[in-house]
Amino acid sequence: MSTTVAVLRFPGTLDHDSAVRAVEGLGATAVEAWHADAALPAGTDAVLLPGGFSYGDHLRCGAIASRAPIMGAVRRHAEAGGRVVGICNGFQVLCEAGLLPGALRRNSTLSFVCRQMELEVADDETPWTPGLETGAVISIPIKNNEGAWYGDAGTARVVLRYRDNLLGSTDAVAGVANAAGNVMGLMPHPEEACDALLGSTDGQIVLAGLIA
Amino acid sequence: MSDVPLHRQLGLTDDEAALIPELLGREPTDPELVMFSLMWSEHCSYKHSKPLLRGFPTTGARVLQGPGENAGVVDVGDGIAVALKIESHNHPSAVEPFEGAATGVGGIVRDIIAMGARPIALLDSLRFGELTSARSRHLFTRAVAGIGHYGNCIGVPTVGGEVSFDDRYEESCLVNAMCVGILGPGGILRAAAQGPGNALVLFGNKTGRDGIGGASVLASAELDEAEDKRPSVQVSDPFTERKLMDCCRELAESGTLVALQDLGAAGLTSAASEMAAKGGVGLDIDLDLVPLRETLAPAEILVSESQERMLAVVLPEKLEEMIAVCRRWDLDATAIGSVTEGENLVARSGGAVVVDLPARLLADDAPVYEVPRVPAPTGTPLDLATIPEPADLAAAWADLLARPNIASKRWIYERYDHLVGANTIRRPGGDAAVVRLPGSDRAIALTTDCAERHCEIDPRGGGRASVLEAARNLACVGARPVAATDCLNFPNPEKGSTGWRLAESIAGMAEALTALDVPVVSGNVSLYNESATRSILPTPVVGMMGLLERADSSVGHAFADAGDVVLLVGDDGVLDASEYAASPGGALPDVDVSREVAAIELVLRAAEEGLLRSAHDVSGGGLAVALAECAMAGGIGATARVDSGRRDDEVMFGEGGGRMLVTLAAGDVERFQGLADPSVRVRRLGEVGGDAIVMRVGATEVTLPVERAREAYERGLPEALA
Repeated sequence: MSTTVAVLRFPGTLDHDSAVRAVEGLGATAVEAWHADAALPAGTDAVLLPGGFSYGDHLRCGAIASRAPIMGAVRRHAEAGGRVVGICNGFQVLCEAGLLPGALRRNSTLSFVCRQMELEVADDETPWTPGLETGAVISIPIKNNEGAWYGDAGTARVVLRYRDNLLGSTDAVAGVANAAGNVMGLMPHPEEACDALLGSTDGQIVLAGLIA
Repeated sequence: MSDVPLHRQLGLTDDEAALIPELLGREPTDPELVMFSLMWSEHCSYKHSKPLLRGFPTTGARVLQGPGENAGVVDVGDGIAVALKIESHNHPSAVEPFEGAATGVGGIVRDIIAMGARPIALLDSLRFGELTSARSRHLFTRAVAGIGHYGNCIGVPTVGGEVSFDDRYEESCLVNAMCVGILGPGGILRAAAQGPGNALVLFGNKTGRDGIGGASVLASAELDEAEDKRPSVQVSDPFTERKLMDCCRELAESGTLVALQDLGAAGLTSAASEMAAKGGVGLDIDLDLVPLRETLAPAEILVSESQERMLAVVLPEKLEEMIAVCRRWDLDATAIGSVTEGENLVARSGGAVVVDLPARLLADDAPVYEVPRVPAPTGTPLDLATIPEPADLAAAWADLLARPNIASKRWIYERYDHLVGANTIRRPGGDAAVVRLPGSDRAIALTTDCAERHCEIDPRGGGRASVLEAARNLACVGARPVAATDCLNFPNPEKGSTGWRLAESIAGMAEALTALDVPVVSGNVSLYNESATRSILPTPVVGMMGLLERADSSVGHAFADAGDVVLLVGDDGVLDASEYAASPGGALPDVDVSREVAAIELVLRAAEEGLLRSAHDVSGGGLAVALAECAMAGGIGATARVDSGRRDDEVMFGEGGGRMLVTLAAGDVERFQGLADPSVRVRRLGEVGGDAIVMRVGATEVTLPVERAREAYERGLPEALA
């Protein structure tokens, strides 16, 4: 039986459809999880929080979404050891919800940046870079305005680092996991690097972490 | 109180004001007069341009919807239809660049949504004054920020566009936004209201005082006291626009809507009168039901240009379902009236009828004017003796690569999300963007182009050149041109030779479009782009869409492998009106449409046969810049020998000639030449290889290392903005 991935949708979520396509491209089943619902769809094996501008980025990026009714269910899923990945705004939501360490700040460029980036695997023991060893390099695009991770890089479980720390993240962090490794967030967009036609398939490596 | 009569304050002429009571059979109420002033503005009525636009080809086997709706729609095969349109937001951007540019994006996106389509790509064609001016740097950087803010937040990729800088745009910058959308299973939605008894639903944002008079005060007159006009600029809310996009997609797919229209210029007045006039029905609206942000007078409610609003006609039995969908997306949705028998647009306030008139008087019956067509004198050819020949051609080459008009536009496009949606196959920086059509093996290519300096000297030739450059850009990525949308940006058509230039540009565009068999399916006109001291160049921007039957067959401009053969297709260029000469005036050779179309056809056929390793349109900065761009993109140099007989700098930097630079594997050259029509000139220049671009012009050899080219090319724009 294929893995069922719940893909969250908040008002202002932009990458729901691309995330669904990427998940389906890995042979998994994608189902929509609506922000106002209190439970994840029946049969959910893993959760994906896609990018976008949930609630218009009002207050702070991810702040309102982190308190949406669906997030209680996401928290329970994570605490039970279920896999959760947050991409871009989804990463911001997971940090705001306290499911991941640190916070995302304004880019040090003081501008939105859309660029293909090289990422180095920093920890090859999480589920999110299967088959790659520490130091391996993958190519995935970023596109954000508040993508500089700030936190304690000594205690956080860093999964991916930028080779070029363009945005000014602490310790060049591009993605971090919780201590158990089942919850991961990253600013780069793996769902947009799942097709050779678009320039890279490295995103499939990261999203494969959703599939048990 | 002003002594100026109300109608003149509103922008109506005395003759127009006298015509209104004649048509109505009575004096208009004040709200009615305000509505006439907006609907009869150039921006809404095209009263100065309508007669000229009839010259465009608008039909073809692929055209599902031509001009006259919110956007054109084209059949691209595989059961897929694509909506496209370009529109200006020039005057608001000159007054308040961030909100002006942002709401320009919002407006064009709603035009696509109104067709029942899902937006999949945006492009922006921009013109600003020279970046040596602090004012132009401010306008440009804020407009880019506004475009980015809006486009990034709504999740539609900004995949391309163009920008140039010239001091003639110092006081009247141009911000043209193009949007492309894909029709859903519900098919095309149209604006025509139908079915007396059906409900009229206003949904989206609340109505406020922003943007009042935008279409008349701002967009249809010269800008002199722009500071006073800031309240006429609308305010953007991209978050609500995104919810509108998602909501309208759901509504269009569920078949809930009879008709759909966005609220743009002239707000509710324009939306309601056009829906009624197109459907041949009446509408009865209770203004007391319109959700307001603040207390507004009836006339203000009727003409507010508050953004992110749509108007729909809904069957009574579907009303509850429709409103529930809007509520799910946290959007206001209110039945504010109904479709009626007859043809009158009626508006009530506090129980009293404040407007009651035939909708067509507003939507269709604006007076139409023939613009004066005073030919401008013909220019004399550029005297090359006035341009000193550089001692160091390599330095001149590098300097040209760093000029803002030529330099890399990375500073702009990295501020735009050009990837969202995961369909962008060819990103900004090439000849045209290539976007996959979801659910299909096909892709579309998109470009915007305009040869405004050419248009200044010879508007007919410039009109042809603008269209042909767009077609070359598409051909160079391997896409066959299938449809166009146009945005005609001109100064005041009532003055000088502007009317003639407008007519000539349109004629030239029409000739080239007809030769290419590319119909215009939508468009926009922006006039009065001048101040007391300066007029813009004639700027007829062409947005063009091409089709690739196989998404994986697109061609890039990067040189590929050492040993590939470099060929030049097309004629010689000249320095008149070139970036290198940087002096106004000159005279240009006639644009030979059939030869240039034959050259485009050659490159297209070569692309279709899989012969091309790279292809690139030769435009600003001429052959030397085109070679450098291909070399930088590929990270590999080339040698190119060009026979001379002319000055070296003219050979290197001359523009025009309908040229394209292509590379092929050595074994394919003969096959390529076999595809060429005898009228097309094809020259073998040299080979790809090495880490420098080496041009041999007659006895002169000029060498520019690829890394030195890149340094100049990437430095240009950031340095000009620093």
